[in-house]
Amino acid sequence: MGIKILKNLNIAVCAVFLSMVGFSNFAGAATDLTVYTAVEAEDLKKYAETFNQDHPDINIKWVRDSTGIVTAKLLAEKNNPQADIVWGLAATSLLLLKSEGMLEPYKPKGLENLDDKFYDQDPTPSWVGMDAWVAAVCFNTVEGKAKNLTAPGSWKDLTKPMYKGHVIMPNPNSSGTGFLDVSSWLQMFGEKGGWEYMDALHNNIARYTHSGSKPCKLAAAGEIPIGVSFAFRGARSKEAGAPIEIIVPQEGVGWDMEASAIIAGTEKLEAAKTLMDWSITRKANEMYNSAYAVVGYKGIAKPVKHFPPTLLSKMIKNDFAFAANNRKRILAEWQKRYDSKSEPKN
Amino acid sequence: MSALSKDETTSETTKNTPFLRISRLTKKFGDFVALNDVSLDVNEGEFVCFLGPSGCGKTTFLRAIAGLDIQTSGTVEQANVDISALPPSERDFGIVFQSYALFPNLTVEKNVSFGLENQKIPRSDIKKRVDELLELVGLPEQETKFPSQLSGGQQQRIALARAIATSPGLLLLDEPLSALDAKVRAYLRHEIKTLQRRLGVTTIMVTHDQEEALTMADRIVVMNQGAIDQIGTPTEIYREPKTLFVADFIGAMNQVKGRVVSSSSVSLGSLELKCRDHELPVGQEAVIAIRPEDIVPHKKIENSSPQSGNSFNVKVEEMEFLGSFWRVQLSDELLEGAHLIVDLSINIVLQMNIDAGNQISIDLPPDRLWVFNPASEE
Amino acid sequence: MASFNTSKNLPPAPKIHPKSSRDDRMMAGAIFVIGLYLVIALALPLYTMLSKSFTTAVFNLQNYEFQVNKGDGWSEPVSGYQINESLSLLKPDELITSSDGRLAATTFFPDFNFRSKTEYRLRQLDENGSFLVGTQRIADTEWHTYPANKFRRIVLRPSQSSGIDNYITYFSTPALFRSIQNSLFISILTTLITVGLAFGFAYALTRSRMPFKGGFRLAAMVPILVPSLLPGIALVYLFGNQGMIKEVLFGEPIYGPIGIVIGSVFFTFPHALIIITTALAISDARLYEAAVSLRASPWKTFWTVTIPGARYGLISASFVVFNLVITDFGLPKVIGGQYNMLAVDIYKQVIGQQNFEMGAVVSVVLLIPALSAFTIDRYVQKKQVAQISSRSVPYEPKSNRKFDMICFFYCALVAVFIVGLIIICQYAALIKLWPYNLNLSLANYNFDVMDGGGWSSYYNSIKLALLTALTGTLVVFFGAYMVEKTNGFLFTRSAFQFLAMMPMAIPGMVLGLAYIFFFNHPDNPLGTIYGTMVILVVCTVTHFYTVSHLTAVTALKQMDREFEAVASSLKQPFYKLFAKVTVPVCMPSILDISIYLFVNAMTTVSAVIFLYSPDTALASIAVMNMDDAGDIAPAAAMGMMIFYTNVIARLIHLFVTRKLMKSTQAWRTRQR
Repeated sequence: MGIKILKNLNIAVCAVFLSMVGFSNFAGAATDLTVYTAVEAEDLKKYAETFNQDHPDINIKWVRDSTGIVTAKLLAEKNNPQADIVWGLAATSLLLLKSEGMLEPYKPKGLENLDDKFYDQDPTPSWVGMDAWVAAVCFNTVEGKAKNLTAPGSWKDLTKPMYKGHVIMPNPNSSGTGFLDVSSWLQMFGEKGGWEYMDALHNNIARYTHSGSKPCKLAAAGEIPIGVSFAFRGARSKEAGAPIEIIVPQEGVGWDMEASAIIAGTEKLEAAKTLMDWSITRKANEMYNSAYAVVGYKGIAKPVKHFPPTLLSKMIKNDFAFAANNRKRILAEWQKRYDSKSEPKN
Repeated sequence: MSALSKDETTSETTKNTPFLRISRLTKKFGDFVALNDVSLDVNEGEFVCFLGPSGCGKTTFLRAIAGLDIQTSGTVEQANVDISALPPSERDFGIVFQSYALFPNLTVEKNVSFGLENQKIPRSDIKKRVDELLELVGLPEQETKFPSQLSGGQQQRIALARAIATSPGLLLLDEPLSALDAKVRAYLRHEIKTLQRRLGVTTIMVTHDQEEALTMADRIVVMNQGAIDQIGTPTEIYREPKTLFVADFIGAMNQVKGRVVSSSSVSLGSLELKCRDHELPVGQEAVIAIRPEDIVPHKKIENSSPQSGNSFNVKVEEMEFLGSFWRVQLSDELLEGAHLIVDLSINIVLQMNIDAGNQISIDLPPDRLWVFNPASEE
Repeated sequence: MASFNTSKNLPPAPKIHPKSSRDDRMMAGAIFVIGLYLVIALALPLYTMLSKSFTTAVFNLQNYEFQVNKGDGWSEPVSGYQINESLSLLKPDELITSSDGRLAATTFFPDFNFRSKTEYRLRQLDENGSFLVGTQRIADTEWHTYPANKFRRIVLRPSQSSGIDNYITYFSTPALFRSIQNSLFISILTTLITVGLAFGFAYALTRSRMPFKGGFRLAAMVPILVPSLLPGIALVYLFGNQGMIKEVLFGEPIYGPIGIVIGSVFFTFPHALIIITTALAISDARLYEAAVSLRASPWKTFWTVTIPGARYGLISASFVVFNLVITDFGLPKVIGGQYNMLAVDIYKQVIGQQNFEMGAVVSVVLLIPALSAFTIDRYVQKKQVAQISSRSVPYEPKSNRKFDMICFFYCALVAVFIVGLIIICQYAALIKLWPYNLNLSLANYNFDVMDGGGWSSYYNSIKLALLTALTGTLVVFFGAYMVEKTNGFLFTRSAFQFLAMMPMAIPGMVLGLAYIFFFNHPDNPLGTIYGTMVILVVCTVTHFYTVSHLTAVTALKQMDREFEAVASSLKQPFYKLFAKVTVPVCMPSILDISIYLFVNAMTTVSAVIFLYSPDTALASIAVMNMDDAGDIAPAAAMGMMIFYTNVIARLIHLFVTRKLMKSTQAWRTRQR
């Protein structure tokens, strides 16, 4: 009897083990496509559903995390990629992946409908854009009033002593939004001026957050009255009833593109191409437009609720290659200067 | 005397070869030699005790025979088969440990039948055998109890029943009685011995209790520091100790320093005493040994010479009443500071009017007086 | 005189080579398999990580050759190294970088002007090397020609080598280096506070006759059931800028050392309490009687009897708490603000900067205090075991109204702190929009629209916890049985024992990072488990191996050593004994191991943070990610889901154990 129990146990263990292994390799009738993304979690379902209206035979398996984490994950898996395709990651990150030789160049159908800012300029582009994602400042009017703060109008305003300890922004080391802020300041104010600006701003920063949406959410909750974040997040929070105002600093705002690319070496190239083709269709772009004011498809963008009207005109001319190739240096410099915030000063 | 000769033993050998033949067993644990080149034959149906102080290697010896800790070198043959390298499961023995090692979560019945299962024995036969065994160890109708519901002595007997359930050719008992209190122990000694005779199973028991060994064993193997000092029947071991260690370990023994005078006499203080023949060189320092009960008291010798043969006068120094007898300590100038202990019955003490401070005469019978080499015996 | 020992002159008796039985071979096989598990799940990943920390990236200038054409023909090819030497542009330490480093080619041409008509030619010689034109990667060894305007966009890539350069970089980066100070400061401070508080609590539990002891014990154990970052969230609601009682801090921010220390005290409290209570419970009443008969004052008795008696417990508790705090990652991440600690640095290096080598370096640095604390603790615990005498008489406290009341209020205060934080979390989870809309709603439980993995992450956690409990208990108990009950294989067994003790000293983050390096290596055939539930189970089982192993070993040690000998003398295989006796007798411990693994699998963050995939997102990680994204209330809600799940699991465990004890009472009651 003892042997029998042990045998049964063995079988059970094997079954569990196999089912766990099998779980990862399970392939049903439909093609499973592993899609890495940094798109806001609340939109993922809608994206997949809309896509499946046209292509019910492709099953999207999302890997969603913040920009920094998805990028890190992709780089970590460089030699052993787990993703088939990236749909919705910062263009700066995709440039990084491209330079590692991780992207499969592909020219999707209908590329001519996109604004040429919105795709890789190689003959066969390695990535195509979806929408632009624009920095903005979230300002909590209730807390502002309570603390006698006037709404800031420009980036330079944020360095005023009045705002000391009332500003919060993302850490560029972990947040894509944080990095686009920093790289936009360096592009707008020049290398020297940019760092000088950040030195001044640093004095007013309460702390640096890991994620890019957190500053706006904290502003919405009144935890810190002013959050440097991005416009879309502000609009969402405002929609949810938070007493915030979305401010577009007058010097101009940094932005990054959400873009898509096929990961080189995927075994599901056909399905990946199908998704790439679909991702630049009018239907897809209209879907992006529900949250993002700027989309790649020429001439269809409609204004988004709660978005400040000046936002589009204030978008700076962004040099993605500068951002990608100087990323390491900028982050190291930033860390050297500011990553010890709130250290006890001896 | 050679290790393998059996003419010293009193038991009859019915077969030409012994049931268990152990030759030149050595067991090392790293650099430590736990068992040093020992040999032993055990006849079928014999009850042999391994006796010795803790750490003498007796348990190591038993475990080597069982295959639980296989020897470094040397061979073990059981029933004419060389089992030296076999694992325990391929040998033929039953074993009882000091802790009994009863399975706490199994009933008495399941404990006893543990070895009977998976042997293609019908369930009803197993049941019958268990009943039989429980009857045998005197615990019928306890099948459904758990070990923790039994007394120590009862558990011991269940362990015994479990060990003999498969009718092994060899029964090994590792200090089976030492966890029990004195009364139960005395009773179980008898029980086990009777059972062993009835079953006729060859048995080896390890013990550090000389009384246990003397009362139960057909033959005793006295062990010291990983080696066998003496093999013999209980009376041989007691009456004819071969070494000072054996003499000292079993029973009480007077030991005084003396010097060899000839091959049959020694000097003790200013006395010269006849003793058993020995082989020590003349003039060598020696230990003179005699059991307290072997010293014969007399009335004081009333002449000029205080000594006549092996008799001489001594002073009673102290007396200690031990119930059934008196333990009397003796000394005298003649002994030059040495003391002798003599056990005297109450009657003799009364008859001879022995009391502390008195003088009496004692006789040390030469055939009960041993001389041992102090250097060779540690 | 006759000797029974054969004369020494004879040639030595033949050596015996024991024949192995079927059991021996099966057990050897089993030890091998489980040993292999630990090697694969622990030793090899750690080794890979260690070697990764010594992997450096250097710009090898010899690999690049340049030619220039200023309109008068191409110059002779010259290597980057030669240019650098002759112009002394970059110092050797400026050539050290990380694997994603980049160096502009224009560095070597100080007079470079992108408007000039000069043309540049460039080739690289190493087959594995490359350079970039903008973002386009050139990996061949041909010459390439570029006009100045394009040449400015060229950057060189480093090549891999090994050395201690990463460590040099680490120790010369003040911000990183300061994390060591911070980690030590926080850990030591927390240790002092926690051990002090826990000692008071344990003292009250063992030395007073205050009421509600059971309730206090229960309350004190609550933190074990939640992820370590949950108290951080509660602290935000209490002391954050919109906190309910932020005035208490007099304007000091909760984000930073204050928050980390308060939260750390919360989550380490039960661990310290268990150890100290045990130490106090075993002290000998006879010593107190002696003190009374010597008319020692209570104060003196306390210092001469109580403290020395509990000293090993106190030391052990200190090191355990220290280790927990210094290796914890979740709490400083949530409440630490900009206050950097080592464990968070690993996360930042890996996730934020994709600097895996530096992550490995910080991991190695973090290993040092963790390993030493662990080693000292093991040493001390051995001493404590020796201290317990079997003859000591347990201490029975006498009633003392005043003392009992003081104890009661003290314990009540601590219990309110612990339970209070949990209640705050639950309250926060139900508020619609703190602090502007205080209506109650379940909106925060709508995890599917938040970052972090949604409700499926919760189900994944339960799946992980169940699988970890099942496979972990199986592996651990069987492994412990093999180590305890087999004969021979001395080397294998001691190696196994060593490996089994190691996980306790390995911080979860370090283990997780090591797993990336090891399992995600393309040449590793086990790479298929990467990104699946299997790797999470393996990692979690390994992370919590030591305590489970020790529990199993303790239970097995209480079994009679001779069971196996009896079984083999009765010709019964070991697995029959294992199934019919060992497992049933050890069942309470086996259940303890499974609940321990279950609860920890539910709450662990650090070990799995690098390993989860979208299919296997976990509740504990969702808490962190939601907090990260600023969805603090949903994070609290998910944290409470973990709490309730663990409470239910505990209750089931309690119920099953009770039932088991009752049905096996007949043979479990000890006789004598």
